[in-house]
Amino acid sequence: MVQRVAARTLDRRIRISKAMVALCGVALVLALVPLFAILYSLVQKGLRWWNLDFFTQTPQFPSLLDPNQIGGISNAIIGSLVIDGVAALFAIPIGVVAGLFLAESASKFARALRTTAEIMTGLPSILLGIFAYQMIVIGFDEWGIKLPGIGFSAIAGSFAIGILMIPIIMKAAETALRGVPVTIREAGLALGARRGVIARRVVIPTALPGLVTAVLLAFSRAVGETAPILWVIGASTVVSWNPRKEMASMPLQIFQSATSPYLSLREEAWGIALLLVVVVLVINLGSRLFAAWLQRERR
Amino acid sequence: MVDPMTMATVSTGMSGQNGSPRSGPISMRFKDVAVTFNGRTAIRGVNFDVPRNKVTSLIGPSGSGKTTLLRAVNRLHDFTKGAVVSGSIRLGDTDIYTGGIPATLLRTRVGMVFQRPNPFPTMSIFDNVVSGLRFNGIRKKAVLEEAAESALIAAALWDSVSNRMKAHASTLSGGEQQRLCIARALAVEPEVLLMDEPTSSLDPISMRLIEELLGELKSRVTIVIVTHNMQQAARVSDLCAFFLMGSDRAGEQIEVAPTKKLFSEPDDPRTLDYIQGRFG
Repeated sequence: MVQRVAARTLDRRIRISKAMVALCGVALVLALVPLFAILYSLVQKGLRWWNLDFFTQTPQFPSLLDPNQIGGISNAIIGSLVIDGVAALFAIPIGVVAGLFLAESASKFARALRTTAEIMTGLPSILLGIFAYQMIVIGFDEWGIKLPGIGFSAIAGSFAIGILMIPIIMKAAETALRGVPVTIREAGLALGARRGVIARRVVIPTALPGLVTAVLLAFSRAVGETAPILWVIGASTVVSWNPRKEMASMPLQIFQSATSPYLSLREEAWGIALLLVVVVLVINLGSRLFAAWLQRERR
Repeated sequence: MVDPMTMATVSTGMSGQNGSPRSGPISMRFKDVAVTFNGRTAIRGVNFDVPRNKVTSLIGPSGSGKTTLLRAVNRLHDFTKGAVVSGSIRLGDTDIYTGGIPATLLRTRVGMVFQRPNPFPTMSIFDNVVSGLRFNGIRKKAVLEEAAESALIAAALWDSVSNRMKAHASTLSGGEQQRLCIARALAVEPEVLLMDEPTSSLDPISMRLIEELLGELKSRVTIVIVTHNMQQAARVSDLCAFFLMGSDRAGEQIEVAPTKKLFSEPDDPRTLDYIQGRFG
């Protein structure tokens, strides 16, 4: 009976199966089209702006004689480096330690912290810009606490970007640390180790490949953020390494070039966008390769 | 120093329905021990003495609470929300829950080997063996090296790893990894070694090696082993405790007796049914 029905419906079932697989293929192509369209236009329109001046000069307004004389974006490259670097400097330790707490604790406080982190990752990032503007640029003077503002500066940008990174790192670090098998932790416990010792000497080293990936992915997301730094870093056109000074950054420079009245500057925005994508891709791929290499080293 | 409890000669009155007289120094004493998780009883009615420098096996079908009982001895339930261990488990003359001994110190006196080999994956063979010493603040290289050699010799692993102590633990075979875990536990010099089905994930040859090891190890440590393998219990243990799951799905102690007696003429008909393979 089963065999008879199975034989009779076999053709139809094979046809349905093939149709479904084809449907999946179409969906896949549709999903990939925008991605490749973006990459294609980025390379096609952006690559021609990549020359020595682009990387080493500061921006200048094009003259009527030579509309392509627009300098470069070295200020934005260095600005991004400093702003994101300083942000990473405080966000990575805080994020990883908080993530460790989330992974190791089952307390109410840990649950509240996890929910907070989830809400934080969902906040519109421009709120962080407003927050940084108030706290760092203008200064804080409430409840008897007085913090002088330091004006438009790279630090204000780092503050906003760092706060954006912390919850992302926290959640990703928690996931990586939770990936360490319970049996490994129990092995440590059974040897009389305190939980802090197990975390430091067993859990973190074991989770290191995942932690590195988590941190770098959060960092690469922050590198492309524009809203939090839109008006707090001062958009300087000169090169500066001093975090207290005004600076530029790559995402901001894209915005400024693309909205400028000069055609050549608007076109140059593609070049900056391409650079930004390349940086993000390199960090992404690099973190994966590094994690894979770490994993291999252990065998 | 010798404490009075361990020197005490204990009659079998402690062991419930167990008829045959037995004597000798005891290492641990279970009295009315029960473990519950959020009010649900996993095991109860545990009353027996663990003889010093002998192998005691805990047998019974799945769900009879053997592993739960074993983990209670190492206070591994401390981190499980809703877990309550009642009754008294004494190690020497110290109640391990109410006697004021910190759990971390207790665990240096009671080692544990788990069902699957669980060496620390980022550490070398050497670092794995001495990890328990390092966790507890021992740093002197000479001390660590001596402890590592002694523990590896005791675990019958020294000959095959002495020339590659810096290699990762993951380069060892499953059986070698389990012996590494035994060495790691022994290096801390515990009085009691708990083993939770230590050979269930190993091939027969590795299993045999570890079984042979147990006979040699018991001169330096008291062993309590959970096993599903009744032949194994018969081969390696001196005392055998049999558990069953009751009608309310809670595990309980059925019979505790010298292994020879339990496997030849048990007092309880349920024990006989189990060892003859009639259920479980």
